This record gives sequence, structure tokens and C-alpha cells, in this order.
Amino acid sequence: MKATSAHGVIFRWLIWREILLSWRRRADLFSTLAFFIVIVSLFPLSVDPDARLLRSIAGGVLWVSALLSTMLGFHRMFSQDFADGSLDQLILLPQPLFLTVIGKVAAQFLLLGVPLVLISPLLGLQYGLTSTATLQLASTLLLGVPVLILLNAIGAALTLGIHGGGLVAALIVLPLCIPALVFGAGGNISLVGAVFALTLAFAPPATAAALRISLE
Amino acid sequence: MKRKLRNWYTYASPVTLYPLVNRLIPWFAIPSAILFAAGLYVGFVVAPTDFQQGEVYRVLFIHVPAAWMGMLLYVLMSVYASLGWAYNIRVSSMMASALSMTGAMFTLISLVTGSLWGRPAWGTWWVWDARMTSTLILLFLYIGFIVLQMSIDDPRRADRAGALVAAVGLINVPIIYMSVQWWNTLHQGATIRIVQQSTIAPPMLTALLLMVAACWLYSVAVVLARLSCIMTEREHFQVAE
Repeated sequence: MKATSAHGVIFRWLIWREILLSWRRRADLFSTLAFFIVIVSLFPLSVDPDARLLRSIAGGVLWVSALLSTMLGFHRMFSQDFADGSLDQLILLPQPLFLTVIGKVAAQFLLLGVPLVLISPLLGLQYGLTSTATLQLASTLLLGVPVLILLNAIGAALTLGIHGGGLVAALIVLPLCIPALVFGAGGNISLVGAVFALTLAFAPPATAAALRISLE
Repeated sequence: MKRKLRNWYTYASPVTLYPLVNRLIPWFAIPSAILFAAGLYVGFVVAPTDFQQGEVYRVLFIHVPAAWMGMLLYVLMSVYASLGWAYNIRVSSMMASALSMTGAMFTLISLVTGSLWGRPAWGTWWVWDARMTSTLILLFLYIGFIVLQMSIDDPRRADRAGALVAAVGLINVPIIYMSVQWWNTLHQGATIRIVQQSTIAPPMLTALLLMVAACWLYSVAVVLARLSCIMTEREHFQVAE
């Protein structure tokens, strides 16, 4: 009982620390969100702004843009802690490493994923989506963005301290994101949920293993 | 029995494996060359022209073996990489690196030949068909593995990181395949039949089987040659240390 509550305390502290640190560098958060909005707005400019066409590509565009935005600068998730040595301390915490990873992922989702999901209905409006379609898109993103963040964590952990690691991480992670992308852009919420459940089961231990490999 | 087992384990060391590998290479390379020659002869000269597709169907003799090898070598690569990671066998990890290049090459060949075949047969270079899309994704998985290993300087870390990526990729392959299938049925009305309606003529089957065997032997020979190179390189680094 005592041990469980200790885990809870560490977990809460971890999320709080992550939020605090990210908030002190809030330019990163805003630039990610701005990147998302700009990318989504570029599509109607580069293709025909025909309402029917836009409506049919809206899901795919928003999903791919969300994927790229979460990937942008994601290697920072571990590299800053790695650079100042706090990652070594995090690994020494008296709790399984995958819980630490889940804590970091949860904080990233709160900071990055939630604003992204909240802004998506506004962008859906740009594409002339109906309110049902917008709601559906936002809910698939709500379940899907955590999947993207969980998978990104594997790539970030594997390429820790590698020159040009961000690009390598993207190359590794992008093919793994395909199921979430297909189901999400297709608007199938239950299948996105299934992918989320599966990813939540295997990605944090994989990330923990990757961190151990990288820090050896 | 006991003696045999011990002998087998001794080959987990590069020092004992290295001479064996170099001795084995010609035993696979020469039969492979012979089978390639025989397969190409039967495929191009003996096998009859297909009444529906004409001469162009002959791409099949390289396309099908390449596609098989591409998929098989990915599984083999993941198994070797995982063994190397779990049991800390250096040679196993080196084998995975050696397999990755050959596997990626065969996957690329199957995509290119498929596209060349698709142009006259279907009238288009590329179709977002479930099978083609999943082969393309397989190529991406290979590229991720290779790029990651290339970008990490420390060979042991590269081995382990590659093993993790290969294992995660292997878990994901069925899910990716399922999602692509699902996406394909959602987006496309009619799927393209790759299997020919007529039963395959005996010389065609002979040529195909010869080419499959040739590709198998070629893979073994080339992977062993690559393994030999990797071993020379790595063991040399360790001596210099």
C-alpha cells in the first residue's frame, strides 16, 4: 500500500515537473501548435479550394499534419533531460522505468495533444466539415494523438544523443504510425481506441528498453 | 549429441565462425549462379508465351521470388537481431545487419518489377493495392532499421537499438497489414486479381521454382559474404581498442 502511494506521488511529481519545464519554454509549444495550423492551412492553397474536394481530404490532412507536428521537435522529450543529467536520475527512481515514460508521455499529451485536439474543430471549419464530421475527427484525434506521442517516445529514446537523431527517429516512427493514421483518418473511433490500447501496452516498455540501450 | 551441441555453440564466436563462413560462401554462390542460369533459360526460352499477357508476364520469374525473399528476410532479420539482443551474441546481431541490406534490396526489386509489370498488364505504374502498399511499408521498415544502425557509431548500441526497432516492427507488421487491407477495401471498389485465371503451365512453374531456389541460395551467399565483411571490420576495431 505504501509503495503504491509512493509511486503515485512520484508519478504526479513527474507530470508536474514536465509541465513546469515545458511551460518555461512555451515558445516550443506555441510553435508546434502554429506549425499544425499553418500546415493545415497550406493544403487548400496548394490544391483546388473546391469545397467537395476539401471535405473529402480534411480527415487525412488533419491527421498527417498532427503526425508531423507531434514529430517536430519531439526528440527534445528526452534529450534535454539527457543533456543536464536528470535522465540518469529519472532512471534511478524507485519505480519501473515504463511508469516514468508513461508520466512523461501523459505530460506531453496534456501540453501538446490537448491544444491540438481543441484547435482541430476550428480547422475543420476551414474545410467546410459538418458538425458531426468535426466531432468525429476531434474524437479520433483525442484517441490518436496519444498513440502518436507514445510511438514518438520510442524513436526519441532510441536516437538519444545521436547526431541528426530527429530525422532518424521520424524515419523509424512514421511507418509505425500507419495503422493509427488509416483508422483515424477513416473515422473509425473504435479501431483507433484498439490501436491506442495496444500501443499503451507495448510502447512504454519498449521506450524504457530503448532508454537503457541508449544510456549504457 | 552432447558433442554436436557444443560444436554448434562454438560458432557463436566470430573467431571460429569467420573461417567457416568464408568456406561456406562458394558452396552457396556457385549453385545459385547455376540455378539462376537454368531458371532464366527455362523462363525466357522454354516457357510458352502467356495467351493473355504476352511476353511481359515473364517478369513474374524475378518478381515473385523477390517479394518472398523481402518478407522472409525481414522475419529472419528480426529473429537474429532479437537473439543477439537477448543472449548478447554479437554474431547474431551482425547477421541481422547483414540480412537487412539484402532484404531491402529484394523488397525494392519486387516493387520495381511489380511496377514495370503493372504498366502493360494493368495500364498503370502504381496502384494503391493492399499488397503493393504493404510491400512499400515493409521497405520503409527496412530503411528505418538500416538508417538507425548507420547513424549510431557504437556497434553494440547499434545492434541493440536495431533489434528493438526490428522487434517493434515485427509486432506491427500484422497490424499494418490489417489496416492497409481495411483501408483498401474502404477506398477501392474492385481489387486487382494478381493470380492468373488459367492454371500455370508446367515450364512456367519449373522456371519459377528454379528462380526461387536461386534467390534463396543467392541470399545465403551474399548475406554470408556481408557477414564476413562485418566481422572483419568489427573485430578489427576491437583489436585496435
